Amino acid sequence: MRARITFSKQGALRYTGHLDLHRLWERAMRRADLPLSYSLGFHPQPKISLAAALPLGFSSLGEVLDVRFNAEIPTEEIAARLKDSLPPDIKVTGVESVDEREPALQTQVLSATYDAHLTEPVDGADLMRRVEEMLMAENLPRERRNKSYDMRPLIEILNVITESDGEVWLQMKLAARDGATGRPEEVLDALGIEPEYTRVERTRLIFQR
Amino acid sequence: MLNPEQIEAKLDRILLKVQKPGRYVGGELNSTLKDWDKAQTRVAFVFPDIYDIGISNVGLKILYDQINQRDDALAERAYAPWTDMEALMREHEIPLYTLESKHALACFDLIGFTLPYETLYTNALNILDLAGIPVRSADRDETHPIIIAGGHSATNPEPMHAFIDAFAIGEGEEVIHDIINTIQRVKGQKSKVDGDLRPSTFDRNDLLLALAQIPGVYVPKFYETTYLEDGTVAHTQPTTPEVPKVVNKRIVAKLLPPPLKFIVPNIEVVHNRVSVEIMRGCTRGCRFCQAGMITRPVRERAVQEVVDAADAAVRSTGFEELALMSLSSSDYTYVNELVDAISKRFEGRKLTVALPSLRIESVSIDLMDKLKQHRSGGFTLAPEAASERMRKIINKFIPDEDIINTTRDIYTRGWTTIKLYFMIGHPSETIEDVQAIVDLSKRVLAEGRKAAGWKVKLNVGVSTFVPKPQTPFQWVSCDTRENILEKQALLKRQLLKDKNIKLSWTKPEDTLLEAWLTRGDRRMAEVIYSAWKRGAKFDAWGDEIKVQTAWLPAFEEHGLDPAFYTHRQRRTDEVFPWEHITAAVRKNFLFQDFRQSLEGQIRMDCRLNCYACGILPTFASLRRENPGEGWKCPEVKSPAKVKSEKLAMVSEQLPVVGGDFCELNW
Repeated sequence: MRARITFSKQGALRYTGHLDLHRLWERAMRRADLPLSYSLGFHPQPKISLAAALPLGFSSLGEVLDVRFNAEIPTEEIAARLKDSLPPDIKVTGVESVDEREPALQTQVLSATYDAHLTEPVDGADLMRRVEEMLMAENLPRERRNKSYDMRPLIEILNVITESDGEVWLQMKLAARDGATGRPEEVLDALGIEPEYTRVERTRLIFQR
Repeated sequence: MLNPEQIEAKLDRILLKVQKPGRYVGGELNSTLKDWDKAQTRVAFVFPDIYDIGISNVGLKILYDQINQRDDALAERAYAPWTDMEALMREHEIPLYTLESKHALACFDLIGFTLPYETLYTNALNILDLAGIPVRSADRDETHPIIIAGGHSATNPEPMHAFIDAFAIGEGEEVIHDIINTIQRVKGQKSKVDGDLRPSTFDRNDLLLALAQIPGVYVPKFYETTYLEDGTVAHTQPTTPEVPKVVNKRIVAKLLPPPLKFIVPNIEVVHNRVSVEIMRGCTRGCRFCQAGMITRPVRERAVQEVVDAADAAVRSTGFEELALMSLSSSDYTYVNELVDAISKRFEGRKLTVALPSLRIESVSIDLMDKLKQHRSGGFTLAPEAASERMRKIINKFIPDEDIINTTRDIYTRGWTTIKLYFMIGHPSETIEDVQAIVDLSKRVLAEGRKAAGWKVKLNVGVSTFVPKPQTPFQWVSCDTRENILEKQALLKRQLLKDKNIKLSWTKPEDTLLEAWLTRGDRRMAEVIYSAWKRGAKFDAWGDEIKVQTAWLPAFEEHGLDPAFYTHRQRRTDEVFPWEHITAAVRKNFLFQDFRQSLEGQIRMDCRLNCYACGILPTFASLRRENPGEGWKCPEVKSPAKVKSEKLAMVSEQLPVVGGDFCELNW
């Protein structure tokens, strides 16, 4: 069967990268005694695919993976078995059965939403002005790893939120398609906010349906 | 002192700037986070190398579980941060903290270092400094944790005597509880003062004195060393009658149930595996091997216990590899039954099983066959020396023909790579003995080619022998740098010509550093301190420049000659710096064994033929009180009476190998 698991990744697990997370899930499935399917060949790989890599240091409320098992197992049972098999900072929030014929999970991701909390106080009005300028711009030429690209079309939503206690934070929805992935740290950098003074959480991955 | 929340807030600022930040955050499955306020005694265990290496240490895992099973104590972990992290921690004034609760190390009652090898010494100093704890024992007061250390290098604790408050000699499973209980007794109950748990007032010296009276615990401050004019030790004696003249190591009568819930790291580390100890101690008596001498007597675990523990541990971790640990797997009494049971239990499950330290004989290939191991992984054998003469000297006697026949068989049965481990620098080694490594390696490969074709490969690992304390070779001189280089040049010249031979070797600087430290005396502490001040750390990582820039200047600063520690044959009547510490194998026995080696005489496995090394009488009453199948030394009749009856009857039971006598003046 093909199962889709939604999970949160918090705390210490923010510092576990994409490849290590893959390995972590493989071991968790084994601990949970779930019948993982493996690829054929000389070095069999478990059939686990993560929807979209989460940058190191970010937490997430809604990561998604697809996994293939050699047997049909009720989704509630999958969730129950995984509960005690995961490190404390990963929690399964949903398990569903998926049609085997659906295209690969990674190709279905459209965009992702993020909350960026600022750990140093900022001038809310000033930040609001910078965000407006950014959204008004037709192009936002940026360079990353010696490649230039336009960031503007990757930003779908960008909001500044001022809480009643004065805390200011950002909410964004960025494109996350193959070859067109917006990065929260790039947006923050363009706004003049240093990444070390932020705490970013991915809140949701949005898929085509 | 920063509290955990403050430490975590600071960490968030720096973690994305370092390599592998996952090393510094904890949160692993099977780690234990207990209620800080409910624990009377808080222990931090430290493996003084990076997380990637330290996380797999089984010894600390055993102790961690022992403490965390108590209601009145908690144990957490810390490792050495890599240099990038250390620089940022110092810049941001973050003290070294534990991974579980993020408390600063200085908040704990007890810090326990494991020191399995000497090249961790400077790291231990660096860790204390990073934790904001005075590096020198003498500079600590009641506000500081008690610093203890154990592990194999504690069999000569003297080079670290100035920095460690107390050493646990031998096995730690029981003594750690004695230490905790003593701390609780002397410190008294903690009480709440201004919402904070405060220990009652106590005197640090009283506590150390109480610790010094626990069997197996050595507290250096209550001992004094005097030296002869030639720089050797005259004697090391207690400065107070309350402590023992000689500290005898501790052992457990029966191996405790093995740990099942290994900590599963969230990042890649060196060993991702479950380790189950099948046997402790070794009866082979290889004269170069410190582990084989200091971990006696042999105690075995039952097959069923090993298999059940392995199964439970594999289930609780999801690890892909299982290592069945011992110093000599082939000597485990029920090794065939074990291998059968393991292959049956894990059939069809994706698991690699490692059964290290197999004897060079065809039976070993049958064992590996049964474990259905990937033949791509290579087959490892350790002849240790390549000439029959030299294998007699080191007491690891195997005829050349056995090596050739076994390796040929391994290639024939489908392994394409064999790894052979040798050492150079054994006592009385000549260049011919080194040439023998070349000749034997080439012969192994040639025979392999005849049997299995041109695809066969050979990896030759050649390390350099370091004479270790508490072994028959503790008297000998270490090989000189020039000799080592010459021998390695010969190996490289002759072995690297064949592209199917891979050769690895140890840098002479690494060997010398280990050799200086392992047989060092108390004066070496100042050298370690100065070397650390001059930037020495991560000495196990092979940075030979540090030898030039830190270690040699440190020796010079203190007017000590490095060659005194390494390149000097000890007098037969020399008092060693570790004379007041014993692993229960008598010096007389070691000396006799050393003399036998010079005569090329070997001693066979001592399971059947007791050579009276001293273990039996030392632990006679422990064994009598805890009889069982696990003990593998020969039975001795009514051990309590042995001493008084002058051992007459025992000596009759003891066969003598090589025509030499067994001295029995226990």
